[in-house]
Amino acid sequence: MTGTLMASIAVNRFGLGARPGELGAASADPKAWLARQLKDKASFAVKSGTLPTTRAAALALGTYLEAVKDKRSDAGKLSPDAQEDAVLKPLKPLRDILMAEIEARTLRALTTETSFAERLVLFWSNHFTVSAGKAVTLPFAGVFERDVIRAGMTGTFADMLVASTQHPGMLLYLDQAQSIGPNSVAGKRRDRGLNENLAREILELQTLGAQGGYTQADVTEFAKALTGWSLAGARTKKLIPKAEPGDFVFIDRFHEPGARNVMGKRYAEKDEAQGEAILRDLAGHPSTAQRVALKLARHFISDEPPAAAVEALAKSYRSSGGHLPSVHETLISLEAAWQPEAQKFKSPNEFLLSALRLTGLPKIETKALVAAYGLLGQVPYQAPSPEGWPDDAASWAGPDAVIKRIEWSQAFADRLGSKLRPEDMARGALGAALSARTAQSISRAEGAAQGLTLALMSPEFQRR
Amino acid sequence: MLPLISRRTVLLATGAFVLAGSAGALTLSSQAGDRKLVLVILRGAMDGLAAVAPYGDAHYRAARGKLALAGPGETGGVLPLTEGFGLHPNLAFLHSAWTSGELAVVPACASPYRERSHFDAQDVLETGASAVFGASDGWLGRALNAMPPELKRDAVAISGALPLVLRGSASATSWAPSFAPSASDDTLNRLMDLYAGDAVLGPALASAIETSAIASGMGMDSETGKGRRAGPGAYKGLAEAASRLLSADGGPAAAVLSFDGWDTHANQGAENGQLALRLAGLDAALRALKDGLGKTWSTTVVAVVTEFGRTVSENGTGGTDHGTGSTAFLLGGAVAGGKFAGDWPGLAPKALFQGRDLTPATDIRSLFMSVLQDHWALDRAALGKRVFPDAGGVVAIPGLLRT
Repeated sequence: MTGTLMASIAVNRFGLGARPGELGAASADPKAWLARQLKDKASFAVKSGTLPTTRAAALALGTYLEAVKDKRSDAGKLSPDAQEDAVLKPLKPLRDILMAEIEARTLRALTTETSFAERLVLFWSNHFTVSAGKAVTLPFAGVFERDVIRAGMTGTFADMLVASTQHPGMLLYLDQAQSIGPNSVAGKRRDRGLNENLAREILELQTLGAQGGYTQADVTEFAKALTGWSLAGARTKKLIPKAEPGDFVFIDRFHEPGARNVMGKRYAEKDEAQGEAILRDLAGHPSTAQRVALKLARHFISDEPPAAAVEALAKSYRSSGGHLPSVHETLISLEAAWQPEAQKFKSPNEFLLSALRLTGLPKIETKALVAAYGLLGQVPYQAPSPEGWPDDAASWAGPDAVIKRIEWSQAFADRLGSKLRPEDMARGALGAALSARTAQSISRAEGAAQGLTLALMSPEFQRR
Repeated sequence: MLPLISRRTVLLATGAFVLAGSAGALTLSSQAGDRKLVLVILRGAMDGLAAVAPYGDAHYRAARGKLALAGPGETGGVLPLTEGFGLHPNLAFLHSAWTSGELAVVPACASPYRERSHFDAQDVLETGASAVFGASDGWLGRALNAMPPELKRDAVAISGALPLVLRGSASATSWAPSFAPSASDDTLNRLMDLYAGDAVLGPALASAIETSAIASGMGMDSETGKGRRAGPGAYKGLAEAASRLLSADGGPAAAVLSFDGWDTHANQGAENGQLALRLAGLDAALRALKDGLGKTWSTTVVAVVTEFGRTVSENGTGGTDHGTGSTAFLLGGAVAGGKFAGDWPGLAPKALFQGRDLTPATDIRSLFMSVLQDHWALDRAALGKRVFPDAGGVVAIPGLLRT
C-alpha cells in the first residue's frame, strides 16, 4: 500500500477526518503519527475553561432541584406560563451547561491535531454512556467525559470502570444514587429498596456483555454490593458533613450488609471495597476482554470484523491487564484495520465533524451546530439508551438519513459560497482514497456548491 | 433521403420575418406595463443540438453519432420546423407553438463568454456584461429600473434566492413554492450515478427518492420506473407558480424561472433518456405556463436560455461535455414566431468552435434587447446606456415580437 493511502486511512479512519494539510503531516509515517497520540495525556485533555467542574455541576443541579421542589409533580395542572415559571425556567441553566459542553466538544474535535486520540475519547465516552436525557444528568454528561474518559485514557479499563461507576453522572443516570439495601439501616426503615439498573447495565453493556455468562442472581448480588454508592448533596449533608456537593460518597446506612456472591466468587469486603473488588474482577474477565475487543474492531475495521482481529485485540487486553494504550496500539498494528477500501459508514457525528474539518473552519455558530446535529440525528450527549449510539451502517444509512445528509450538505455548501474549490477540498481530505469517479463527478458539477455537496456525499467520504 | 440545409436556407427564413416585423415597432408604450416577460434559465448547459436537431445538416449524423435523432416522420423522429431542423420529439407543445406562429428559434447563440465554467458562464448570461464579473447586478434588474416609472416594473423569481439576473432592482423579489425540493433533483441524480454499485447508499437514496416522490405526488417517472425523481414535475410546478403570480391582478411584469439539471455528461440519450426526460419536463412546464396564464398569454414573451451549449460529439460516457453555442427559444402570444432568427454556422468540422463546439452566431444579448425594446418599449438609448453598457455593436434582432 502506498504511503499516501495509509496517511488517508490514518487520518480518516483512525482520526476524525483530514483538516487541510493534515494528510501531509501524517504521510511521513502514518503508524507513528497514530501511536504518538496514545501515550501523551495531553492528546486527550481539553481546556475546561468556563465549563463546570463536577462540583459546580452538582451545585447547579442542587439549585434546580430546590427550585422545582414540590412543583414537579403537579406541573401538568398548571397553565403553560405557570408551568414555564415553575419547571422550565429553573431548567435553563442546566440546558445552558449542556449547550456549552456540546460546543466545546465540537470545537475540540474540529481543531485537535490528535484526532485519533479524540476518536478514542468519543468511543469510550459512548461505551460508558451518560445521556443528558434526564434533568438530573444534564449538567454532568460533559464533565463525566472530562473527568472519567479523558482522564482515564492512559490508564486501565478497570480504573475507568471504577471512576465511571463512582461519578455522579453515572450514579444518577442509572439510578444508583438512591439504591438501598433491603437489610441496610435505611432499608429496614423505609419503603424503598434495591435498584438494579446500574449493576445490570455494567454487566450487560460495559463489561461482560449479554452473553457474558452472568445470571439474574449475579445482577441482584452485584446491585446489593453497590448499595451505598452515591453522591454528596443536600440529603447527605448530615450523614457525611465533610463531603462537598458532587463528591462520590459511600453511605453506610444504605449498604446491604454481608458478603456477596457474583459470578461464582465470594466477596466479603466491607463498604465500598466490596463493589470495587467486583468491578475490578469484571474488568479482568475474559468476556469483558472479548466484548471490548469486538467493539473496538467493529469501530475501526467493519460492522462484522474478522474473528482473528477481535482475538488479537482481546489477547492484547488480557495480556496487558486492560491497559488502554496497549490495546489501542494493537489496533494500529492490525492488518485488517488498514484495508484500503473503507468499510465503516460514518455516523452522523463522524460525518458532520469530518465535513467541518475538511473545510478547515475553526468553528461554527452554536445554534447552527445543534440544528445540524439534530437534523442528522445524533445530538452529542443525547444517546437514546445506556447502550450508547449504534456503530453500524444499518442504523445510520436509512433512506431518510441519507436524504437529510444530502440536504444538510447542500445547505452547508450553499452557505460557504461560490468561491470554493471542491475538488481540491475533496483531495485534501481524502487524498489517495478519492476515486477517479468521484473526482470526475465533482469536476463536472454545475457549480462549486453542488461540487462540494457531491464531495461530501460521495461513497468514500460517507465512509472511513 | 434527408433534406439538406445550408446556411442560406436559414438566413432566408430569418430575412423573411425581419421584413415582416420591422414595420410598426415602438408604438405601444401605453400597454407595455401589461406585457409580461418570463425568463427561463436552463442551468447546467442544455444541449441545443438535442433540443433543435439540424438533421438536415450534412455533418449532423457523423458528428452526433448515437446522440443523433431520426428525421421527421421516422420512429422517434424530430418534429419538423424550418426545413432541415426539427424539435426533439418530447417538445410537442413547443411544436404546436411553432405551428401557431408563437415560437421563434435562435439556433446558434451564446453570451460573450467563451470559457467552459458553468458558474462563470451563468454570471455573464445574467449580468449581461461582456466578461466574467463585469457587473454585480443583472440585466433584467437594470431593465426594470430603466422602465418609465408609470409602468409596472416589478419582477418575481420563483426560487429561494434572488438570481443574479434580477439583482439591482429594488422591485424584484423571490418566492419559493413550498413544494420545491430542498435537495435539487439534479444533485440527487448525480448522487444516484455516484452510488451505482454502492450496496448501502444506492438503495437508501433510491428508496428515499421514491418515497418523497410519492409523498409529494410529483415527479415520478413512469418511463424509467426506477423511482428517480427527474426534473419534469419540479419544472412544471415552478411554471404553474409563475403563471399564477403573473396572471393575478396587479401581478408582476416579469418572472424568472431556473430549471436545473442540464449538465448531461453521461448517458444523455437521444429520443429517450436523461436529456429527453428533461426536455419533456421543460415542454410540460411551458405548456402549464400557457394554460395558467390564460388570456395573459397573448401579451407574454417567454425567453428560454442556457449558459452555454455542449460538445457536438458524444464523449466517452454517452454524454456531452461543456461547449459553446446552444439554442434559445422565444415563445408566447406576443412573439412573431414560426421562424428562425440568426445565422446557422453549420456542423462541418472546420466550422466548429475550437474544433468541438457549435460556433455561436448570435450574441444572446441581442435576443434580450429585442424583448426589452419591442416588447417592453424600452428606448434604445436607455437600453444601450443603462442595461447593456458594454455590449458594443450588439443590437436587437428586429421583428421578433408581434408589435
